[in-house]
Order: sequence, then structure tokens, then C-alpha cells
Amino acid sequence: MNDTMGRYRAMTGHRLFWPAAVLVVMLAANTIYRPGFLSIELKDGHLYGSPIDILRLSAPLILVALGMTLVISTGGIDLSVGSVCAISGAIACMYISRQPDQDSLPVVLTALAMAMGVSLVLGTWNGVLVAVIGIQPIIATLILMVAGRGLAQLITQGQIITINSDPFRAIGLGHLLTLPLAIFIALAAALLVAAFTRRTALGMIIESVGGNAEASRLAGIRSGRVIFLAYVLSATCAAVAGFMMTANVSSADGNAVGLWVELDAILAVVIGGTSLAGGRFFLSGTILGALIIQTLTTTVYAMNISPQTSLLFKAVVVIAVCLIQAPAFRARFTRRRSSAPPPSPIADKPKEQVPA
Amino acid sequence: MRKMRTHSAPWRAAAVLASVLLVGSVAACGNSDTGGGSKDDGKITLGFSQVGAESGWRTANTTSIKDAATAAGIELKFDDAQQKQENQIKAIRNYIQQKVDVIAFSPVVESGWDTVLKEAKDADIPVILTDRSVDSADKSLYKTFLGSDFIKEGRLAGEWLVEQKKTASGPVNIVELQGTTGAAPANDRKKGFAEAIAANPNLKVIASQTGDFTRAGGKQVMEQFLKANPKIDVLFAHNDDMGLGALEAITAAGKVPGKDITIITVDAVKDGMQALADGKFNFIAECSPLLGPQLMDLAKKVHAGEEVPARIETEETTFTQEQAKEALPNRKY
Amino acid sequence: MTDNRPVLTMTGISKSFPGVRALHDVNFRLLPGEVHALMGENGAGKSTLIKVLTGVYDTDAGAITLHGEPVSFAGPMQATAAGVSTVYQEVNLCTNLSVAENIFIGREPRLLGAVRWGEVRRRARTLLARLELDLDVSAPLGSYSLAIQQMVAIARAIDIQARVLILDEPTSSLDAGEVAQLFRIMRQLRDEGIAILFVTHFLDQVYEIADRITVLRNGGLVGEYTTTELPQLGLVEKMIGKELDVLEGIEEHSRRDLAAVEEGTPLVAVSNFGRAGAVEPFSLTIHAGEVVGLAGLLGSGRTEVARLLFGADRPDGGQVTVDGRPSSLRTPAQAIDHGVGFCSENRRAEGIVADLSVRENLILAMQAARGWLRPIPRRRQDELVDKYIKALTIRPSDPEVPVRNLSGGNQQKVLLARWLITEPRLLILDEPTRGIDIGAKTEIQKLVTQLSDGGMAVLFISAELEEVLRLSHKVAVMRDRQMVAQLANDDTLDADRVMQTIASGSHGEEADR
Repeated sequence: MNDTMGRYRAMTGHRLFWPAAVLVVMLAANTIYRPGFLSIELKDGHLYGSPIDILRLSAPLILVALGMTLVISTGGIDLSVGSVCAISGAIACMYISRQPDQDSLPVVLTALAMAMGVSLVLGTWNGVLVAVIGIQPIIATLILMVAGRGLAQLITQGQIITINSDPFRAIGLGHLLTLPLAIFIALAAALLVAAFTRRTALGMIIESVGGNAEASRLAGIRSGRVIFLAYVLSATCAAVAGFMMTANVSSADGNAVGLWVELDAILAVVIGGTSLAGGRFFLSGTILGALIIQTLTTTVYAMNISPQTSLLFKAVVVIAVCLIQAPAFRARFTRRRSSAPPPSPIADKPKEQVPA
Repeated sequence: MRKMRTHSAPWRAAAVLASVLLVGSVAACGNSDTGGGSKDDGKITLGFSQVGAESGWRTANTTSIKDAATAAGIELKFDDAQQKQENQIKAIRNYIQQKVDVIAFSPVVESGWDTVLKEAKDADIPVILTDRSVDSADKSLYKTFLGSDFIKEGRLAGEWLVEQKKTASGPVNIVELQGTTGAAPANDRKKGFAEAIAANPNLKVIASQTGDFTRAGGKQVMEQFLKANPKIDVLFAHNDDMGLGALEAITAAGKVPGKDITIITVDAVKDGMQALADGKFNFIAECSPLLGPQLMDLAKKVHAGEEVPARIETEETTFTQEQAKEALPNRKY
Repeated sequence: MTDNRPVLTMTGISKSFPGVRALHDVNFRLLPGEVHALMGENGAGKSTLIKVLTGVYDTDAGAITLHGEPVSFAGPMQATAAGVSTVYQEVNLCTNLSVAENIFIGREPRLLGAVRWGEVRRRARTLLARLELDLDVSAPLGSYSLAIQQMVAIARAIDIQARVLILDEPTSSLDAGEVAQLFRIMRQLRDEGIAILFVTHFLDQVYEIADRITVLRNGGLVGEYTTTELPQLGLVEKMIGKELDVLEGIEEHSRRDLAAVEEGTPLVAVSNFGRAGAVEPFSLTIHAGEVVGLAGLLGSGRTEVARLLFGADRPDGGQVTVDGRPSSLRTPAQAIDHGVGFCSENRRAEGIVADLSVRENLILAMQAARGWLRPIPRRRQDELVDKYIKALTIRPSDPEVPVRNLSGGNQQKVLLARWLITEPRLLILDEPTRGIDIGAKTEIQKLVTQLSDGGMAVLFISAELEEVLRLSHKVAVMRDRQMVAQLANDDTLDADRVMQTIASGSHGEEADR
């Protein structure tokens, strides 16, 4: 009995338990509403079903949120990711649309390289504003958030650029081993970011800077470089996400691509357990957060919740997730149910990691 | 506590200023608003606030207005509201301040315009609504509404479907991709369509969701429709772009668009007409964006104080697959 | 000095915060027409007493009377209205508003709701004339020096018919000329019969301006004295809390041979090293294996010296040599490259990274020096961490526990270990033993001796003189942000002499040139 209690506590105490539980509950609710929700079938040699859709559609959000996780971990925020998505998609599509052979692989690779190059410049711009000049991140990236939309429309000349390029389409719609390629791209990006931060000391140094900037400086960390790097990485992730979003519909729409994705990404990071105040970051949590957000959107469509109430529905679910994540809220909740006091940490009360 | 960075405040202020200037210049590039008040050179100044650039239809609409203004010798102040009502209200207030001769705009949403329209009326500046209407009870707040009759578009789409399915014995399952929630074309097309299909009780809308008038939205929603509903016979999309997005979802589901699922859309932009000519769409109710010349005529008339009808429809038609093949080579947008 | 009945009395004041007894049974009285210095080290309860007086805090026990009437203010606004005005250390006025606006903000003379700006300016001029200040009252406050801003704050305070004026460290950011200007006004106000409560860290200023002194220590009242009956040395004793003869009775510390370590090229030598507003230029040499103690009261500039040597703050000028070669110590990273380490006195804000584990905190400085591209292999990390957790008996010994869960003493050991891992040649320890239990304290003292015997140079900062004397080869004394003396720790040096130097700045011989 005691043993099972202990195991229960160990499991519910894991930082990924509650977000995972929310995801399971949402999937269960969908399955109850429509028993076939989780079923996957093979169609044209591809796996086909709602779970696959959720994975594929969450891929761009996962990408953006990975970069956002690093930026938030330094104690900053990057509001410009949506605009970077739009710009990278616009540049790639614009270049491809002007080539005689849109299906040529070199053309597509050139387009991707050009778009990536510009995105790196945009990331550098953010990084310089924040790390070198010392402007508050929310203001510094707001500049590009606003200006970037204009830039994207300037590139597309206000048109929706439709292209017909199979190699580019593959980024959003291609398949590998019966699964959408986008899933693999997001997975690869996640592994790459994880390796980049955890196989080197970058992750720890980012967490140190975000957790206590002055202490880090006095430990000899040149925090400017690390912060700069986080913004460049964020823009890189956003650029790839931009390719995916535009490839998904084979068209670049300067206005709609990546619109509000920065808010979804910030939400994913927070649901994943990374504090908005900076410090410890959790890439796996972020991915889970992105999946929760996409599942929520899919649920709205699958359950045919009327468009007028869907925003309210989403808001309620998000509030619930955030509250469940907050240790203070759970403590209050459990105290009311049982009189047993919550287990106390060794010394100090740990800082709560989810702002709610 | 000591500050981590020791940059001096003026340096930082200069950087912010430079950034703001950059934003300003980019924004200025995005809008061809040249600023300045109305000059008294007899030239009419028209302030126009566009919804955004959300679709090919919209950009064709913008081009038509800009071209027609140049042709008519009207000075156009153009603003892109980027889908936000607050931007649009701001733009209209700016026009009032600049004392333009006529204000025209395509409202992002239907409601919430009374205050700013009242301000324009008090400033004695006539207002022309284009493309989309507002729900103000006081019709004197604007001179006229120039635009398509969205209810009629929905009805034309519905009537065509009723005609097609009059021999259908069993129920016909329809899914609907709505436009942006609260937008007039979404509300009206839905309404007109529903009225028309009421003629045949076999026709039933089994799911209706917003796809925000975008391809990505149309695609994502259609994917779920297809999974949630094993038998979908008809798709009614409130614009071509959502229909085009849905095409990809239908193909991915292993169904043949235009055959397994009858697709009806509204707008008739070039990409949509191409899909219709290719047999992927089945019917398009046109919603012509080329109202520029009509708008310039109206602007001149209301500026001269002439009476104009309170409602002016743009000239529009419908297209079947055959008609699309004929019309496509001459399609400008 | 007019001697009549107190304008203000506080009797039996007690105030506790969760876990801290900030004030315990404190009595205080203020006579009209006197300047009364409230003295004590940081944490002695000075600001709590002021906040209780002005109604920022409620009292747990005790009574306050003003003009013989019992009072209890709900907040500073009410206190001000009753004639008890406060001017804080940080001038909290609006530098972008005009002088006149600052004086009358929130209580502008109005006529039918409209502010009478002419009247505002006229009254501001009258008020400033009373303080013999000739200012353009419509100029923005920010265009005047800090001292003038301070005086405008005083003008604002006394306009409200103040009978009691509280000046909380008004001189901490002023230069000598500005201090003189402020004192002139304080004397004038005193002569007008206003009672002035004056808080400062500068001993000289107390003896220049104050008529009487009340000393607090650890939240308790030590005593009330007239300035003439309490010499500077006595005041320092009262503040620190050790009678001289008691200090002398402390165990005979092992004398350390200065001459032996001072042979050869100094490891680090700085000359004319200083930073405006932090510490006057000083010169100091530190040899390998040498422990240099830094003594002085809180706020005397000890920490500032440490920060300059570590590059945490940039020096205004001066020369640095490391191993006899001209070098630069302008950033922490540069200092670390030269083998300098620094344990800040402010553990929470400048030391530990609370989110990170014990292991990560331990290897942080070493990792920073290697750069993020060259992570320390996990095996090596575990070895190092294991070694230092054992060597310093860090508890709990699990290296993956977040460091925030450790007690203060263990956090301090983690910080020490962070630097020891980098094998520094000069380790700067700023109050490494403050706020930790006696066992850990002894361990750290032993460690310092061992390290210096092993050839590491240590700059040891502590408020506890006996600790400094026990460990150091020589003692540098700080006073009013100046390094006033460097004393060799030989047979002639004792706590008495160090304390005299702290108090007066002149007793004791210069040992180091």
C-alpha cells in the first residue's frame, strides 16, 4: 500500500505527468465523441488518421517552440518568430515561383538557403538588440514582429504566391516510412537542439544565465554570446517552420503564415514546465505542450464546436492546464480533499515553475 | 544591486529610435499612404481602408481600386488594416483628421462601427462601404454600400446544388467551410446557402467550421471533416482559397475532388477557376473584386453631392466547369 | 542646543518578522533643536525603527508619543501630515519635473480644481530662500546635482510644517562639498528648533554634526549618548558589540610570517586602483601564499575593493600587474583567465544559481572558462563534484539536488568549491563565514589556512576582526571608502589597534610602505 502510494507520488510528481495527463484526457474525450478518432489506416501507402494529422500539424509549432524554449530560458522572449516564419516562407516561394523549373532540386535548395540566410540575419538582428545593445527582449523582438509582417508582404507584393514544386511540397506533405516527413523534420530538429544544448555545456550555461544573470557573470560566463546564440537559434527554427507552413499549402501568404504562432509557442513552452522567468528548460515538455495545443485545435474541428464558442473552449482548456500544472493549485486542491499535508521539500520551498 | 550591462542610456535610446524608424519605413512601404492633408487643387482625395491581403481575391480588389483611382485622377490614400478592426478604425480616424473628401472601406467585421462612422458624418465626410457591409441601424451613417450581395452568392450556390441533386433519392451530406467568424461574407453566404437548400429536405449541412478564408485553415478543417464523417457528398467553401486547401485534404484522404465530393465555392479567382476548369471544383459563384471603377464613379458623385442608391451591386455571374474553361484565358486575377 | 521636553518618544518598541526579531524593546527620544544620529551596523534595526515611526510597519509592542500625545500613524502620508517628514537615501522625486512641481506634487495649491502654477512657483522660491538656495524653480530637477536634489527633497519635507525631520543616509552619494552644503542646512533647521534624526555610515560626519547618538545592535538598544561623552573608538565598540578587553582575550592566534611570503614578485599588484562613488584609489600587493585580510565597517568599501580586483566593476584607472607583467582586470572573465576567483558576500543574488543542481553550480566557473563548446566530460564532473562534496562535507551529498534546497552554510561551501575546482591563484572571499553556523565557519577558516599554505593567495574579507587576525598575513583597513592602512599581522597588531584604525584612520603604523 505504502509502496504503491510512493510510486503514485513519484509518477504524479514528474514534471511531465500533468501535461501528459491532459493530453490523454483530450484524446480520450475525442475517442468517446467519435470512437474512430484514434484509428489509423493505411491509405496510398501512407498512414492516415487524426493522430497522424495532429503530429504533422504540430510539427511547425514544435519547431518554433523549441527555439522559443531556449530564448525563454535565458529570461527573454521572442515575439518575432511568426514574422520570421512568414518571411522565410515568402522568400522561398518567391524564388521558386520565378524559376522556369520549379521541380528542380537545386532550385528548391537554393530557395531554402536564401530564406535561411535571411532568417539568420533576422535572428542576428534580435540577438544584437538584446545581447549587445541591451534592449528589453519583449520590445526588441516586437520591432521585428511588426516590421517583419510588412517585410513578408513586401516580398510577396501583397499577393499569395502559389507554387508548384514537388521537392518543396515534400517538406510539408512528403512521406517517409509511411509517415509525414514533417514529423521527422520536427523530430530531427528536436534531437539536434537537444544534442546542441545537452551534449555541449550550452544548455546549462543558458539555464545559468536565465536563472541568475549576475551570478553567472561573476562565474565568468560571457552571457551576451549565449543570449545572442539563443535568438539566432530561435530564428533558425522559425525559418524551418515557415518552410513547412508554406509547403503545406504550396503557397506563401505574407499575412497568414505564422500568424499568432508566437503566442502558441510561448504557451507550449509554459505548459512544458519552463518558467517565463528563465532558468531550467524542458525540451520534452515543450514538445508535449505543442502537441496539446494542436490536439486542442483538432478537437474543436473534430467535435464540430461552433466557431463562435471555440475560442472560449480553448481558453478554458488552457486555463485548466495551467492551473493543474501549478503546484500551489494542486496543493490547495488535494488539501481540501484529504487532510494529509503535502510533502514538504528539503529546505526552501521550490520556486513554482508555472505561472498561472 | 549592480546592473549587468553598463551601456549608457543615450546609446540605447538611439538604438530604439533607429529600430522604430526602420519599422516606420517598412510600414510606409507596405502602405502606399503618402501622407499630407487634402490639397485644394480640385482633385478628389479618397481614403480607403482595405481589410488586408488575405486572399488572391483581396489583392485583385486592391489592384482594381488602385488602378481605377489613377485612371480617374483621384488621389488615393490606402491603408491595409491587416484583418484588425482597431487598425481600420485608426485609419478612418486618420482620414477624418486629414480631411479627405471621401472615405471608403471594406469592414473587417460587421459590428462596432457606429462611433467612428458618426465621427465621419460629423466631419461631413461621406462614407462608402465596399465589398462588405456593416450592421449599423442608422443607414444615414454611410452614403452607399457598393459590393456583392453575399446572400445572393450563397443562394446561387445553393440553388445550383438543389438543381443538381433534385433526383437524389437519399440524404445528401454537406460540409461547409465558413469564412472568418463574424465577417459579413461568412454570415451572408451561410445564410443564403441555407435558405436555398431548404427547398430539398434531403440536403443537410452535417458540419460547419471556420477556415478563416485561408488555404491552411481550409485544409486543416477539411482533414478533420473527412475523418469525422465517413460520407461527405458536397463541400461548400465560402471562398476559393479554403476550397483549394480542402482539395489537398480530399486527395490525401484518397477521394477524388469534383467526383466523390462535389465542391462549390465562391469568388472565382484565377486559381479557383483553374481548379474548376480542371474538374476539381464543380461550381463557383462569382464575387467580383473589380469594383474599382464603380467606386471611383461613386466617389465623384457623392463628392459632388449627387444622390446615389443606398445599395449598389457589383456585376457578377456564376461559373460551371465548361464556362470556366472558356473564361479562364481572359481571367485577370 | 535647546534642552527641553522631547518632541518625540518611542518606548518599548518591538517588531518581529517571520523568523526574525527586528526590534526588541527599543527606547528612543528626540529633542527639539537637535541633530540625533541613529547608529548601528546593517541589520541592527535602524530602518525598521524609522519605518515603525513613520507608520510603514505596525509595532508588535510599544508606544510612540509626539509632543506628549500618543500617536500611531497608518502610513508615511499621515506621519508627514502630523509633522514627521522623511527624506530617503535614494531621492525619490521625479527628475523630469520642475523643482517647484517636485516640492508641491500631490498637494498643489488649487483654485476651483485648477492648479495655481504662479502660486506654486512663488511659494517654492520662498521655501528655497529659507534654505538659502538660489535655484530656478521651473528648471527640471534633473538638471541639478544630487546634493541639490537632496535639498529639494528636504525643502519638500519641511514645507509641511515639519517638527521632526528624518534623514536616512542622505550623504551616501554626496561628495565632501555637497555634504558641507547639506550640513549647513541641517544646522540652520536645527537652530529653527526642528528635531533631526540622522542616519549615516560615516563616523566623521556623526562627530561633525550630531549632538547626540543612539546606538542599536541586533535589534536591541545599546544606549543613548551625547557626542562629547562617546569617543569614536567607543562608538565603534558599541556598534560591533565587543569590548576591547574582551576582544584581546580571544585565543592567541598563530602569527603568520609576512616577510616569508612577501619575497619575490607579487602575484597581483594594483596601484592607484579606484572607482568614483565606490572606493577611493588604493594600492595593494598580494603574493602567492599570502592571506590579506580586509577589515572595516560595513559600507566602508571592502566589497568594492573585492569587486574591482575581480573585474566585477570597472576601475576608473590605475595599473595592474599579474606576475609582474602589466595586465588588465576589467571583466570577471578576464580576472578568471588570470586565475582570480571571487565568492560574493551576496550569496543569493551574486553567487548560487538557485535553479541549477549542486553539481552544475560546482562546475559552473570551470565550464565558463572552458567555453560551452568544450563540456567537461560527465565522468570528470562526477569525480570533481564527489571530491569537493567530501572535502567540504557538503550536505545533502546528492549532487543532483537543486542548490536552493541547501542551507546557507552548505551553499557557501558550494560556492567555495566552485572556485577551488578552477584552482585559482588568488581567491577573493567576501564574508565567507557570515550567516553560517560555527562548525562550518571553523571548517572554512581551516581551509583558508590550508590553501594559503599550499601557495594560493587569499583576500579575506570579514566583519569579524578576530577571524581576520587569525588568518591574515597582513590586514588592510577600510574606512569611509578609503584604504587607510595596511598593517603587518605581527606581535604588535591586535584587535585594539585595528579598531582604532577603523575608528580614526590614523592610529597604527603603516606596515606596507
